[in-house]
Amino acid sequence: MAQFAEAHFFLIESVVKIIVVLFVLLTAVAYVVWLERKVVARIQSRWGPYWVGPHGLLQPLADGLKFLFKEDIVVQDADKVIYWMAPFLAFTLAFLSIAVIPFGGSFQLFGHTIQLQITDLNVGLLYVFAVTSLGVYSIALAGWSANSKYPLFGGLRSSAQMISYELSLGLGVVGVLMISGTLSLRGVVTPQVGFWHIAGIPFLPRWNVFRQPLGFLVYFIAAIAETNRIPFDLPEGETELVGGFHTEYSSFKFAMFFIAEYANMVTVSCLATLLFFGGWLGPLFGPYWLRVILPVIWFCLKVFCFLFFYIWMRGTLPRFRYDQLMAFGWKVLLPLGFLNVLGTSFVIAWLHS
Amino acid sequence: MLSPYIPILVQAIIVAGLGAAILGVSALVGVRKRSSEKLAPYECGIAPVGNARGRFSVSFYLVGMLFILFDVEAVFLYPWAVVFKSLHWAGFIEMFLYILILLAGYVYVWKKGALDWTR
Repeated sequence: MAQFAEAHFFLIESVVKIIVVLFVLLTAVAYVVWLERKVVARIQSRWGPYWVGPHGLLQPLADGLKFLFKEDIVVQDADKVIYWMAPFLAFTLAFLSIAVIPFGGSFQLFGHTIQLQITDLNVGLLYVFAVTSLGVYSIALAGWSANSKYPLFGGLRSSAQMISYELSLGLGVVGVLMISGTLSLRGVVTPQVGFWHIAGIPFLPRWNVFRQPLGFLVYFIAAIAETNRIPFDLPEGETELVGGFHTEYSSFKFAMFFIAEYANMVTVSCLATLLFFGGWLGPLFGPYWLRVILPVIWFCLKVFCFLFFYIWMRGTLPRFRYDQLMAFGWKVLLPLGFLNVLGTSFVIAWLHS
Repeated sequence: MLSPYIPILVQAIIVAGLGAAILGVSALVGVRKRSSEKLAPYECGIAPVGNARGRFSVSFYLVGMLFILFDVEAVFLYPWAVVFKSLHWAGFIEMFLYILILLAGYVYVWKKGALDWTR
């Protein structure tokens, strides 16, 4: 009976956490779009969205409703099943990968310990990579199914780019895995607790980014390419490919790709925070409830910094040429990734023998 | 304790339901004014020539194959990295040789020009 109650509680807890996380993620996606329009506008000396709500804060809602009521066009020669499946797949996969991201410590409620994470898999990192790399399918299928030339080229380019940079993405984090000795995203944060001291004075938090600067660089550049953002947004190169793989999509199917892209940005930023910037770690003070909430705030702040950096780059950098892009991925980033793995393993073997 | 994979299953069901619901609603409430021009594939305003099921550059296949090769090897590094601290120098030397062989292949591919996009 007790076991049954336990299982019951576990299920309810999971469902509540999933709904809260999905709600937060959807809202975050909507407001990252808003923030991007605002920040890019300010970079270009414009105002950005201003009329829908104060400072355009209701703009995402208005955009969503507009997408919903737009005509849903299916191109005449399209492969209908795949054409419908691609945006659905993009959306589903983007929102599945958030499941293993821990966004805080844990707290006590009704005598149960509740972790601020949907589920703590012991292969969390592999799970995130597995799900996000499945996202290539949605783009390849979207490009192919419309039976139109621009989407086809966009889809092909995008798939080639994403699989190329996935290698570096994977290699960049190997160093962190060596330091932490686990694939669980909660376990990855544990070795980053505390400070490095100089003459007894704490001066640097023990974040992995200070031990793995090269690894972080490789990971972050590859992550930008994985999410198809400027300066790696060749698949959406408006000037040459119209809209890339989603040229033939309209109404909410089009919006799905955008939601997926921004959700992936959030996931990748969460992962960068966890792996390299100490996750939810930060100064703790005050009563119990504050000590539960503060880590979540630190985590969100760090993720926000990454998201802002994404937007900042969009407002600053031009786009790569395609051959430069492929050459950079294969000839620069990949060797750097291998170098990082070899260097880190040498140092760790040295220290542990 | 229940399996930690159950929440993922639950989430998959919720997210898939949400996605399907949004797409369904969007298809139902959107306006419908079809015309043959509107349904034709987009081609910069001119009448479409042929269809998109033609041939494309072989470079894409090449990238695909190289990806499979290197990605399997990169993933192979993961379990090694996780237990690395207990392997000491033996683990380092073994993996060093492994990466050396991998790099030999990499250099070969580079010299053959498979990594050059424009040739």
